[in-house]
Amino acid sequence: MTTSTAHLIRSVETVDGTRTDVLVRDGVVAELGTGLSHLGARVVDADGLLVLPGLVDLHTHLREPGGEGSETVLTGSRAAAAGGYTAVNAMANSSPVADTAGVVEQVQALGERAGYVTVRPIGAVSQGLAGTHLSEIGAMARSRAAVRVFSDDGHCVSDPLLMRRALEYIKGFGGVLAQHAQEPRLTQGAQMNEGALSAELGLGGWPAVAEEAIIARDVLLADHVGARLHVCHVSTAGSVEVVRWAKSRGIAVTAEVTPHHLLLTEDLVAGYDSRYKVNPPLRRQEDVEALRAALADGTVDIVATDHAPHASEAKCCEWDAAANGMVGLESALSVVHRTMVDTGLIGWSDVARVMSTAPAAIGQVAGQGRPLAVGEPAELTLYDRGVTRTFGLEHLAGKSSNSPFLGHELPGRVQATFHRGYATVVDAAVVDSDVVARSAAEVAAHHVLGRSEGATSR
Amino acid sequence: MRHLLSTADLSRDEAVRVLDVAEDMADVATRQVKKLPTLRGTTVVNLFYEDSTRTRISFEAAAKRLSADVINFAAKGSSVSKGESLKDTAQTLAAMGADGIVIRHPASGAPRVLADSGWVEAGIVNAGDGTHEHPTQALLDAFTMRRRLHGAGSRGRGLDGVRVLIVGDILHSRVARSNAWLLRTLGAHVTVVAPPTLLPVDLSRFGVDVHVDLDEAVAAVDPDVVMMLRIQQERMHEAFFPNAREYARSWGLGAARFRTLPERTLVMHPGPMNRGLEISDEAADSPRSTVRDQVANGVAVRMAVLYLTLAGDREDSL
Repeated sequence: MTTSTAHLIRSVETVDGTRTDVLVRDGVVAELGTGLSHLGARVVDADGLLVLPGLVDLHTHLREPGGEGSETVLTGSRAAAAGGYTAVNAMANSSPVADTAGVVEQVQALGERAGYVTVRPIGAVSQGLAGTHLSEIGAMARSRAAVRVFSDDGHCVSDPLLMRRALEYIKGFGGVLAQHAQEPRLTQGAQMNEGALSAELGLGGWPAVAEEAIIARDVLLADHVGARLHVCHVSTAGSVEVVRWAKSRGIAVTAEVTPHHLLLTEDLVAGYDSRYKVNPPLRRQEDVEALRAALADGTVDIVATDHAPHASEAKCCEWDAAANGMVGLESALSVVHRTMVDTGLIGWSDVARVMSTAPAAIGQVAGQGRPLAVGEPAELTLYDRGVTRTFGLEHLAGKSSNSPFLGHELPGRVQATFHRGYATVVDAAVVDSDVVARSAAEVAAHHVLGRSEGATSR
Repeated sequence: MRHLLSTADLSRDEAVRVLDVAEDMADVATRQVKKLPTLRGTTVVNLFYEDSTRTRISFEAAAKRLSADVINFAAKGSSVSKGESLKDTAQTLAAMGADGIVIRHPASGAPRVLADSGWVEAGIVNAGDGTHEHPTQALLDAFTMRRRLHGAGSRGRGLDGVRVLIVGDILHSRVARSNAWLLRTLGAHVTVVAPPTLLPVDLSRFGVDVHVDLDEAVAAVDPDVVMMLRIQQERMHEAFFPNAREYARSWGLGAARFRTLPERTLVMHPGPMNRGLEISDEAADSPRSTVRDQVANGVAVRMAVLYLTLAGDREDSL
């Protein structure tokens, strides 16, 4: 019995513009070239489609354990696959918080069972995200989940001494601290970007300086202790300048931008529609332009979704009471297509870098973000660049529908996704959970049975 | 007028129409029978998520003088304090047949959310939302100014060329916002004065001039109206300024500063006043003070607003 169906992807275009057939078998790219044939392989006509390395999200909220009303590891994994992702890093702000080996191992196991994507748990920096005591970073790093990214996301590690200690301690395990940069005192009661519009709407201001001051402090701390720092969801032009300065000094800092900060501005807040409530908040057009330029010139390394599902009751209310956050996995590639590629700022090989290769490297996600070559893991996304769609509820595959892009015209569509050699998306439709779980179990069993049998299995 | 959510939405003609209807309503108050049958059979709910006895009874009096049935729904002591959402409360009121909802809410934009939600059919009147707007207060302030300046010849007129100084906590004041937009629409020239800590960082959407020194502002503007805003006690605890004495000395309308104002200058305050802090007895109780007029005019203006949002064919604009 084969471990999974072989797939022959016919005449697909690569990011460098060449055409090839791709034979996927036993979880790897088995052959490349034109006119490939393989008996028993399922043929995928990819004429006109682009093949990308499976996308890797460094910033996903899967909500499980504790928030299963808005998302689970399974439903979030489905949303990821629908968006062309083959790996996600699950943020630690679950309930209980992912601050012990037990929780991160559970999240990882749930991800393996669901089988849509590689789920890499992120560990909390501080116990209970409280910002006072370090969590069991060593235990999480040495656990079966082998955590390498640590973050209190949703909360800033604001205490400078705890931040210093965390940078130093995580360095000892070869990991990286992903900081949610938000000075808490400067953002008390903050509801939206501080400026002329917040003044008009009477909403508490979230000043750009509250983000920029923390990033400035943190890059200096990282430099001082020789640690790696990753900055989550950079949202202002000033933050870009600070990161650019730090990189010019050789400080080991990386940064991410979300799709929504590449496209949307604070003007959307004017109607008090809480779908547009997010933290950090939507900023000005000047910030959007600066973020696009920074992603193009490499100052900002990657796109990360900050996929933050919320049940409708958390959003169907007055602005102040509404939860922060937007779902983004299903729309991310199309938003990058529109804001970065259609504008001529970057090409498709850059998209592969900022949405797969670089996030896999920052998160140390093994087997992801690899080049298209024989013997490499078959983590692939087939993307149709030639279509335009009005983004709607039917394009969401997770449990929550708090997307700010509903009703927007977005280019492109994920046509197929392959994870560990089996399909998770076929013909732009997410494959049934049972089928994917069975494929995942077969691959796992194959691994358990060992390489000795590898010679006979096809 | 379907709803009244913001003075920024009002055109000059619409604003003048509200003030003119309020003149008619004020005339009713001088009759022996102070009641009109206009809203008989109509139910108005005062949905108050914040304590504000003054505003609530003003709306209640206005609705009753128009013969509407009034239900007072205070968030305290109701299911709201047990965690019922705005949506559920609104749908409950809709099921009870509310035709109009007068809402006071601590969250900016809550009346707009209610009006846009589809949860209720009722006309929505904003009675103060967070630090956003308080449109009926601004309308009654404009009405009061117009009456004092133009007397019996007020109907049909705006406030062209009138110079207004608004002094105090601009950052948190819904009264300041509603007045800034309404007075500008009516042709007045508005200047705000406050310590820099109590000004928004960017006032470019207000359409006002800005001063941080009150004496300089008085000298520069030669105001026809000085409107003093209430200073909330918690602002002192949050260190927006050092203490009450320093605030009163720099930004209060003390007796000495009051005497430096031009003879014609009106003194306004939306109430309730902190005497000795932002305003002195001499200013508050002088004949040039409009504080009591404002309260009386509030009922007439709110009658006009309820009439225009709830009577007849609401889909028509004013």
